[in-house]
Amino acid sequence: MPALTPEKKRPAARSAGRPLPELIFGDLWEYDPATETADPKLKPRYDLFIGGKFVAPASGKYFDSINPANETKLAEIAQANAADVDAAYAAAQKAFTTTWGKLPGKERAKYIYRLARLLQDRAREFAVAETMDGGKPIKESRDFDVPMAAAHFFYHAGWADKLDYVAPGRKVAPLGVVGQVIPWNFPLLMMAWKLAPALAMGNTIVIKPAETTSVTALKFAEIIQDAGLPPGTVNIVTGFGDTGAAVMNHPTAVKVAFTGSTEVGKIIMRSLAGTDKKMTMELGGKAANIVFDDAPLDEAIEGVVNGIFFNQGEVCCAGSRLFVQESILPAVIRKLRHRMASLRVGDPMDKNTDVGAINSKAQHERIAHYVRLGREEGATLHASDDTDPCVSPAADGKGFFCRPCFFSDVQPSHTIAREEIFGPVLSVMSFRTPDEAVSRANNTPYGLAAGVWTDKGSKVFDIARRLKAGVVWCNTYNKFDPASPFGGYKESGFGREGGVHGLRPYVDLD
Amino acid sequence: MPDRLDVLKTYKLFINGAFPRSESGRSMPLCAGKRVMAHLCKASRKDLRDAVEAARAAADKWAAATAYNRGQILYRMAEMMEGKRRELSEAVACVPAPASKSRRRAVSPEDEVTRSIDRLICFAGWADKYAQVLGCNNPVSGPFYNFTITEPTGVVAVITPDAPPLLGLITLLAPVLSAGNTAVVLAGGPNPIPAAVLGEVCATSDVPAGVVNILTCDRAELLKFVSGHRDIDAVHGANLSAPDATILREGVAENIKRVTIRADVNFIDADCDSARWIEPFVEMKTVWHPASV
Repeated sequence: MPALTPEKKRPAARSAGRPLPELIFGDLWEYDPATETADPKLKPRYDLFIGGKFVAPASGKYFDSINPANETKLAEIAQANAADVDAAYAAAQKAFTTTWGKLPGKERAKYIYRLARLLQDRAREFAVAETMDGGKPIKESRDFDVPMAAAHFFYHAGWADKLDYVAPGRKVAPLGVVGQVIPWNFPLLMMAWKLAPALAMGNTIVIKPAETTSVTALKFAEIIQDAGLPPGTVNIVTGFGDTGAAVMNHPTAVKVAFTGSTEVGKIIMRSLAGTDKKMTMELGGKAANIVFDDAPLDEAIEGVVNGIFFNQGEVCCAGSRLFVQESILPAVIRKLRHRMASLRVGDPMDKNTDVGAINSKAQHERIAHYVRLGREEGATLHASDDTDPCVSPAADGKGFFCRPCFFSDVQPSHTIAREEIFGPVLSVMSFRTPDEAVSRANNTPYGLAAGVWTDKGSKVFDIARRLKAGVVWCNTYNKFDPASPFGGYKESGFGREGGVHGLRPYVDLD
Repeated sequence: MPDRLDVLKTYKLFINGAFPRSESGRSMPLCAGKRVMAHLCKASRKDLRDAVEAARAAADKWAAATAYNRGQILYRMAEMMEGKRRELSEAVACVPAPASKSRRRAVSPEDEVTRSIDRLICFAGWADKYAQVLGCNNPVSGPFYNFTITEPTGVVAVITPDAPPLLGLITLLAPVLSAGNTAVVLAGGPNPIPAAVLGEVCATSDVPAGVVNILTCDRAELLKFVSGHRDIDAVHGANLSAPDATILREGVAENIKRVTIRADVNFIDADCDSARWIEPFVEMKTVWHPASV
């Protein structure tokens, strides 16, 4: 008979003042991979989509789109130059004056409903393609990106015959041809955010997806064909920054919409200063998430984790600055470490994966740079095993991965507390009074989003009112809906997307 | 020789509730024909900075004032204008309106004052109503209470058109104030005297110091400083030249200013009474709150 273990004779850890053993979910067993296997139905090469047809780029040049999780080539994407952008605008102008622009709203609505339905029909295929192209976990593309994109088309379709209600008391008309440039963090969803209101209001479109994530946009071109939209209503040109600049600066565009970094947004705004083009800009953010000592702590931790680690933190409204009331700071740090340790980082196609691959090598380097800076400037790094989070977990070292991490001992002057990182890196700071929380939260040129956690109703609305941010999540975070306007204060941009407010930038008010 | 010599008024800047001369000591003669009507202060870049500082300092309190209170203060301004009718009419009349190429109906100086007062009263009324016109509840698909409210943008530079000197100014300023913003007015053009008189209206009508600041100036000289000033959140102008509009729009790229330059505005249109004139100077804030336990 085995002897009793010596531990049996020792006093319990709690009464002896030793740290309690910690059980991390997933530590005691290994998960079997649960890989999504649906066929993304990719073509080896994607041409430009102009005038309802796939056409080869004028330059004959193509670039590779790779899977950021394993760095293998997914497809070749056409590289559009100024001549291609001209052709796209000519097609859009023609559609505006001859077909789409002449359709009654009720008919436009039915086309947009079709887009929603066709996307729902092919949802799994699009989710897989999105995850392979962009690196986000399949559970997010499957449960968030694709259904939300379909919801945006569904919501906006119903607006197409209700222009009289967009701005009551005003006569409203479509604008004409609009140019749009979208980012790589939610490729299909951002496309839906841009296309749906523009189409509903009767405009035609030239849109440029980001160079690292063009695949689902071009797959969506197939849906546009299948839905029978008049040729030229939506034109998709792919390429790099020069293609985007050509889309933004084209004289045919009466309105441009841009979602991306504040830096690029400012270049666009400067180049358009001498024109009468209408603009909407959805730019960067450095959102504050404020946790008061009377907050429901476990819910708040879930919200904080979702707020910063959703989509690998590559979210403009990511809650990247956490302000915790001083008395609960130790508890929050302990709980955050615990919760973070159970996030599964790895193959984005695995249905168990919580944090997938960083979108590109360049973005991975950017995140690693900020993590390095955070340490150099004196903040304390917390990662699941406190080693460098920016190392690939894959045996061959392939793929761009960054494990979730956060910094404590962060000063407001630290670079990581001021600049947008766009990665799974959280800065944790403390505050004593509500006034201090508000003034520190507002102490940034950005103003896209913010979060408030407290169980007291009057405090919720008092803080929500005083935060300078376009979206304030109270006791929740990262919630989106087609009916809910989204957009920023200050240097996070202007104009709203979603809801009735998102329609106004796409109409001409008398 | 007249029996009694007229006592002429010295027109000064209006900054933070006080009437300083330009720190630069500069003035500009205002002439009607060959007659010098007045020497107006010619505001400098430093005066602009002082005015913005005052406007910023006043912004939070004015934004937090109740809408009812803001409406009453704007109404009080209109009352004061009514009492200064004669002076305002003379100020408008002292420089003949520039010949207009359009066939718009010209209004007499008295009529311009009347319309200015009526417009201000219109926006006094909007103060506690536009939020219901511009904001809304949003039917999101989930157990959330979700609504979109309006909040003032902050410090707004108001760039007056050449004409009409008073109605143009009031039409651009009233929506900005009604929404809870503070303002720095650049009054240039051929006749900034009505703007200088409006400072006296503000000073006597419960408008908190710093909420309205009025700089008589050479507009072209100061526009680039407005454009480059990072503490100006928005710009409201109308009927400006294309180069002037471009200079102001470059400020969008500086600190993402909200720049609204209206073209071809006919200030006697009833359209200028619309809440849509307020819309560019409010930020839409969407608040989510769980509605489940």
